[in-house]
Amino acid sequence: MTHINNFKSTYYSLKTLILTIVFSFVSIFSFANHTTSSSATDSSKIETATIHSSEASENISPENHGEEKFDINKTIMEHVADAHDWHLWGHTSIHLPVILYTDKGLDVFSSGKFNHGHDIYIGKYSYKIEHEKIHAVDENGNVLSDIKVLDFSITKNVATLLISVFGLMLIFLTVANGYAKRGIGAPKGIQSWLEPIILFVRDDIAAPNLGKHTNKYMPYLLTVFFFIWFNNMLGLIPFFPGGANVTGNIAVTMILSVITFVLTNINAKKAYWKHIFLPHVPLWLYPLMIPVEIIGIFTKPFALMIRLFANITAGHILVLSLVCLAILFKSFAVGFATTPLIVFISAIELLVAFLQAFIFTILSALFIGMAVNIESEEAHH
Amino acid sequence: MELVTPSIGLLFWSALAFFILLFVLGKFAWKPITQALKEREDSIDEALKSAEIARKQLESLKNDNQRLLNEARVERDKLLKEANEIKDQILAKAKGDAKSEGDKMIAAAKEAIEMEKVNAMNQLKTQVAVLTVDLAEKILRKKMEDRSQQEVFVNDSLKNITLN
Repeated sequence: MTHINNFKSTYYSLKTLILTIVFSFVSIFSFANHTTSSSATDSSKIETATIHSSEASENISPENHGEEKFDINKTIMEHVADAHDWHLWGHTSIHLPVILYTDKGLDVFSSGKFNHGHDIYIGKYSYKIEHEKIHAVDENGNVLSDIKVLDFSITKNVATLLISVFGLMLIFLTVANGYAKRGIGAPKGIQSWLEPIILFVRDDIAAPNLGKHTNKYMPYLLTVFFFIWFNNMLGLIPFFPGGANVTGNIAVTMILSVITFVLTNINAKKAYWKHIFLPHVPLWLYPLMIPVEIIGIFTKPFALMIRLFANITAGHILVLSLVCLAILFKSFAVGFATTPLIVFISAIELLVAFLQAFIFTILSALFIGMAVNIESEEAHH
Repeated sequence: MELVTPSIGLLFWSALAFFILLFVLGKFAWKPITQALKEREDSIDEALKSAEIARKQLESLKNDNQRLLNEARVERDKLLKEANEIKDQILAKAKGDAKSEGDKMIAAAKEAIEMEKVNAMNQLKTQVAVLTVDLAEKILRKKMEDRSQQEVFVNDSLKNITLN
């Protein structure tokens, strides 16, 4: 536990430095962090020992006694997954609100009440948090599996989502204001930064796929493009308000791909359905073709969901693994050796952030375009 | 496995957040932005088109100018040619006129001279006759001063006169 915190502070300082790329400061900061957190280690050792006597008794092997083994898998998964606390540095974290819905109604309280999973919170039911999952428990701390607890908490990802939504609104309302002010005049400031990208989305993503329907879908495509891009980049920032893995969370990518799915199918022309249920194949192939086509309706958005989730999560895991190497070997030399590599991978992730936003948007435009422009497609044959 | 299981809370919040974002940006950002971009493109298009029209007009104007210039040049050449011709004609005519006038004058002069000559001749003849008569009178008077001579003369004259 303490070593994870130790690792976390090292990780954050390392990542901060990756962004600033001032190598001379690397040693100073990480050394400073190392010394402070090692003193913190001593004090919290006692805490761990007292509160987690049951946990400590599990680690009976002599070399593990009083010192948890660094579990790289667990660490990385913790960073990639969602959390009810927003860890900032060392022992400092923001306790985000927990919102639970059960058959007795809503329960709203601070996640600090769980005391990092050590305590039980008593609301309409008693709740316990275990691996970021909240369960209803009885007075002895046993999980009541028949009580369904729906967790609508403002988790780290939700908080990041809200921040990014706010940020995106701020940015694009400013841009819109620029157009209101300058009319058709030359763009200025942030407006001139984003105008080429807006035009890129319109002329290179939407227009080639949607043709005459472009304008109808522009709001969705622009929103989804900037939403994904912004959150991808926010995820690459290692410290507050970044660091959450929003677009690498399957729930978020699922919502986005479901919207594409719905837009595709409710706007589809008759010919699109005809293509699925009355394909241009010999009749005896229908039992094969129709199921394939029906599955095809779902695989396209499913692939969108998985692609974005997997790419972004993989990027996070890659960077985290490299960062973890130094902690794993407990060596500054390894840290210095991996730092350029981390910088390189982070730069690639920056490209991937844009690329994945682009791919999601262009494929959404393509799927929608295939459904709404199908007559013109048929005319080609 | 946990990673690929979407949690209900995040599903709910991300749908809510995304729809709010879509609504707000769609209404207050994308609409004015895409409209402004469209307007700008249209205005640029229009400007380019009108520039093209202006260029064409200028070209036709230039062509017109050239044509007018050419016409003017032809006209000038024609005028010059005509003027030259007229000049030649006038010159020729003047020359002809002058010649005939001169000839006429010369002829008149000649006639006048002739007449004067005849006159002079006649006058001279008269004068000579007068002088001759005068002289003859004088001579006769001298000769006829004495009677004898008068008789001689009358006789001689009478002799010459033959009575037929």
